Amino acid sequence: MARISLTSDRAGAAWLGLLALSLTALPWYKGAGLLAGPAASALAEALSGRGWFWPLIAAALALGAVALTRGWQVSRLALGLTLAAAFLYVWQGFAVGLRGPSSDWVGGVFARAAEGQTGLGWGGFLAGVALVGLLSDLVAARGFCRGERFASFCITAIVALLTTFVFFPILKLGLAAFVDTEGNLALATFWARLSAPDLWGVACFTGGGRCGVVVNTVVLGVLSATLATALGLALALLVNRTDFRMKRALRAISILPIITPPFVVGVAIILLFGRTGLVTGFVADLMEVRPTRWVYGLPGILIAQVLAFAPVTFLVLLSTLEAINPTLEEASRTLGARAMTTFRTVTWPLLRPGLAAAFLLAFIESLADFGNPIVLGGGYEVLSVKIFFAVVGARYDLGNAATLAMILLALTLIAFWLQMRWMGKKSYVTVTGKSDAGLAAPLPPILKIGVLAVVLPWVLFTLAVYIIIAVGGFVTDVGRWDLTPTLGHLSTAFRFEFAETGLELYGSAWDSMITTLWVAGIAAPLTTLVGILTAWLVARQDFAGRRAFEFGTMLSFAIPGTVVGVSYVAAFNVPPVDITGTAAILIICFIFRNMPVGMRAGLAALAQIDKSMEEASQTMGAGGGTTLRRVVLPLIRPAVFTALVYSFVTAMTAVSAVIFLVSARHNMATAYIMGRVEAGEYALAIAYSAVLMIVMILCVVVIQFLVGTRKLGRRQELQGRTAAEPAE
Amino acid sequence: MTETAIEFVDVVKRYGSATAVDRISFSIARGELVTFLGPSGCGKTTSLRLIAGLELPSEGQVKIAGRDVSRDPASERNVGMVFQSYALFPHMTVLENVAYGPTIRGVAKAEARDRAHAILDQVGLAGLEARLPSELSGGQQQRVAVARAIVQQPDVLLFDEPLSNVDAKLRRKVRAEIRDLQQRFGLTAVYVTHDQEEALAVSDRIVVMKMGQIAQIGTPAELYERPASAFVADFIGDANLIEGRVEAGKFHAAHLALPIGAESGKVTATIRPERIRLAPGGIATILSASYLGSRMEYVVQDEDLEFLVSRPISEPRLTAGDKVDLQIDPADLILVR
Ligand SMILES: Nc1ncnc2c1ncn2[C@@H]1O[C@H](COP(=O)(O)OP(=O)(O)O)[C@@H](O)[C@H]1O
Ligand SMILES: [Mg+2]
Repeated sequence: MARISLTSDRAGAAWLGLLALSLTALPWYKGAGLLAGPAASALAEALSGRGWFWPLIAAALALGAVALTRGWQVSRLALGLTLAAAFLYVWQGFAVGLRGPSSDWVGGVFARAAEGQTGLGWGGFLAGVALVGLLSDLVAARGFCRGERFASFCITAIVALLTTFVFFPILKLGLAAFVDTEGNLALATFWARLSAPDLWGVACFTGGGRCGVVVNTVVLGVLSATLATALGLALALLVNRTDFRMKRALRAISILPIITPPFVVGVAIILLFGRTGLVTGFVADLMEVRPTRWVYGLPGILIAQVLAFAPVTFLVLLSTLEAINPTLEEASRTLGARAMTTFRTVTWPLLRPGLAAAFLLAFIESLADFGNPIVLGGGYEVLSVKIFFAVVGARYDLGNAATLAMILLALTLIAFWLQMRWMGKKSYVTVTGKSDAGLAAPLPPILKIGVLAVVLPWVLFTLAVYIIIAVGGFVTDVGRWDLTPTLGHLSTAFRFEFAETGLELYGSAWDSMITTLWVAGIAAPLTTLVGILTAWLVARQDFAGRRAFEFGTMLSFAIPGTVVGVSYVAAFNVPPVDITGTAAILIICFIFRNMPVGMRAGLAALAQIDKSMEEASQTMGAGGGTTLRRVVLPLIRPAVFTALVYSFVTAMTAVSAVIFLVSARHNMATAYIMGRVEAGEYALAIAYSAVLMIVMILCVVVIQFLVGTRKLGRRQELQGRTAAEPAE
Repeated sequence: MTETAIEFVDVVKRYGSATAVDRISFSIARGELVTFLGPSGCGKTTSLRLIAGLELPSEGQVKIAGRDVSRDPASERNVGMVFQSYALFPHMTVLENVAYGPTIRGVAKAEARDRAHAILDQVGLAGLEARLPSELSGGQQQRVAVARAIVQQPDVLLFDEPLSNVDAKLRRKVRAEIRDLQQRFGLTAVYVTHDQEEALAVSDRIVVMKMGQIAQIGTPAELYERPASAFVADFIGDANLIEGRVEAGKFHAAHLALPIGAESGKVTATIRPERIRLAPGGIATILSASYLGSRMEYVVQDEDLEFLVSRPISEPRLTAGDKVDLQIDPADLILVR
């Protein structure tokens, strides 16, 4: 059996050293500054009566003894001790809570447990890091990841992070559903919550009365996904099957919803169709009817969602259409079928999987949407909004919020599962690579008219909405057609002066703007890092449990933001990880919500690159980290750029999870805008949103400048060879 | 006895339930060029990657220069590898590609560049240092790949089918270059190929593999002249496999009866096509005759047996339908399992 002495395994020694340091020299709990040092360390706490640290310290000592006396063996002993230490580390965190021991025997054994303990600080955090490092080092020595320490560490760390920040909160939230307001296990309460009539009622169908919130959510999801898919299909047909040559413009428009802050579309819709809205007023005058509040509720949410999701379905369906081999349609027509028959019998069946995928995508987005229902919902309640009010409103009821969140999660996972199944089958659409011969069949004339009839109103409507966003913040009151230009709204939000004391920021929006920029600026590179790393691990490392690893990361993407938000509330405002109210919780939330996009971009890019280049780097002596930095990253720069931009922009505009996590000290732009909308200060909200969009575009330009997208010239270079060329 | 550079001890590599390498043991001496030869999917590449550390064995030990490296990742072994696709870094110049290894291993930048220059000189690429790989021909790219692999004086140099991306006409030249380089630098080299002619031409010794196991190890001459199995006989060059039986010290098959020192029973014998002579006027029939430029190839039928026979072009030509007598020197007959 291979022996690695402590001196040769420097990484192992370093992790062991870090563990010792974190247990003896750093303050274990949060709140104490680093300078508090050894006096507040786990060892000191244990000596002063907090005995629940002893098992962990003992395990660490035993580990040190094994390492020093018997060499850092690739033995089961070292691995066993490390696993034991990891378990004891987690155990000590949960054995004693904020207000006392979590179980009677802990209280009986350790008298000081009654005082409780606060969250982990530097010592506690670094001890966790050290244990992850040790574990990864030991499994690498046993052949995990082909002995690659760096890859092994990354996998272990990402699994630990996902467990802590995705699965643990969800688990905790799930448990909260079964607990009553006093904190006791109560199945009856759970059942009462689950079977409440305001969840499942169907009175709205039978006439008279309202439907339950679950029914509302599903109805909204189905309608919204259907309409968005139809609109997306119309757009895709227009681009792919007619001589309409505005493909680039349409693609550009499809990016707009991503950089549009939430609420602002809702506000624009209110300004157009609300009771005093521009269109409403116009129509009322024309037809001599009384203006109503019809837009609040299902119609309004539906309009906003279709507008937001159509670009996504458009892109999905466009790629489906492009993948259909035109020869199939040509064959049909040479057999004498009319254009309409060809479309019905050949094109449509080939489109169906794409339609299903687009539908499910939009359905999932609709379930998760929070911004539109809260602005336009009126009396129409959906799950995401109801969850929010159960936590933030006057009637705080985490148990109820948890139950609702579990229902929302279940709905999403079902849709996600269906989607995976559908996508997984790789259907019969995909025909060899490029469409080699022939042109796509043009659309039958009747369909073309139909498509235009759908698309033109959409274009007009989108224009109207974005014109309102563009001018609304800079005129006195766009809703009443008072178009006197003014900088009043802007100045309320962003007034500043150069006083003697330097730059003074007076505007009410500065705080949230600066926090948002900071948080997004920190979160984006970290998100990109985690996402690209994960992609690299999944694509390039061959390790036990890779499938589960990949699935876990994708799953974290499927969890609706609102659910993530409450789950963080449930999990992270008590020890051991007590980070509510910090900027860190916001950053962490963004990292794990947005990382799968970076991962997908990374996976796509890595698929283009010959794996042997990395292997060549390894045989030349480069470890995984060096290879990643010097070979992989330069080659997948465009993916890095995509991931950075996406995670930055999403962090700037995200709302559904963030709204639970902001605090007075760390307010975010979207939360601020929501406050303005609730207060009816529409112009201010629009002005802020417009500024936000401009800032985002500027930031994207800066990122582009920093990362660059240096092209490698000819495509084939990415393959690492030009093999087909005859030699000399 | 020469020093052992590489040793496999009962090495097994499994992928899930499939076994790619099934308990193989061998050793390679310093300065030797050994080829792994075998049909596609027999585990050659996997064996090579086990040496490189790009795969770790499921069981058994891999030793390089006497040290057990079974659990060491590739980056901690001292090997050079030339990949089938060359795997040059497209974003680095030729010089940067070659200087990459030394730089990674901590050699000062200027020193690394000097070494790279020196090696590029040796492989005949002086003057192309500033080019990108995409600006080189296939042959030049391969030489960069070789330069990059040997610049660090590896314990072993590995080639995975290095000629598969080379123009058919140039293969002979390139393989001679590789052999020359290996001898000049005194390198230990392992070379993977599925082409027996290539293997015979470049190797000191050949490891013939079959379904994850070693069929036979030996010098090209040993394998050709004394194949240990029908598989090896058939894979290395052409061979006639003759099912027959031994009775009273004689091997019987069709009309043949050849004296042989073996126990009685059913056996399989092999004989090379060029070892069979044909005399006119026998009881065997020529089924077909092919003119191959440098020699004639005949298919001859004797009862229910068919023989492939290869004769120099200088001999009188026979045509299909001719009756011939098969003449075999019993010493050329090799009994196999
Ligand atoms: N990463 C892998 N995962 C699963 N099976 C593999 C992997 N690599 C090789 N194999 C299998 O192992 C066997 C030997 O492969 P290989 O060594 O590449 O063969 P060769 O190079 O001789 O053609 C093959 O059956 C192949 O399918
Ligand atoms: Mg191979």
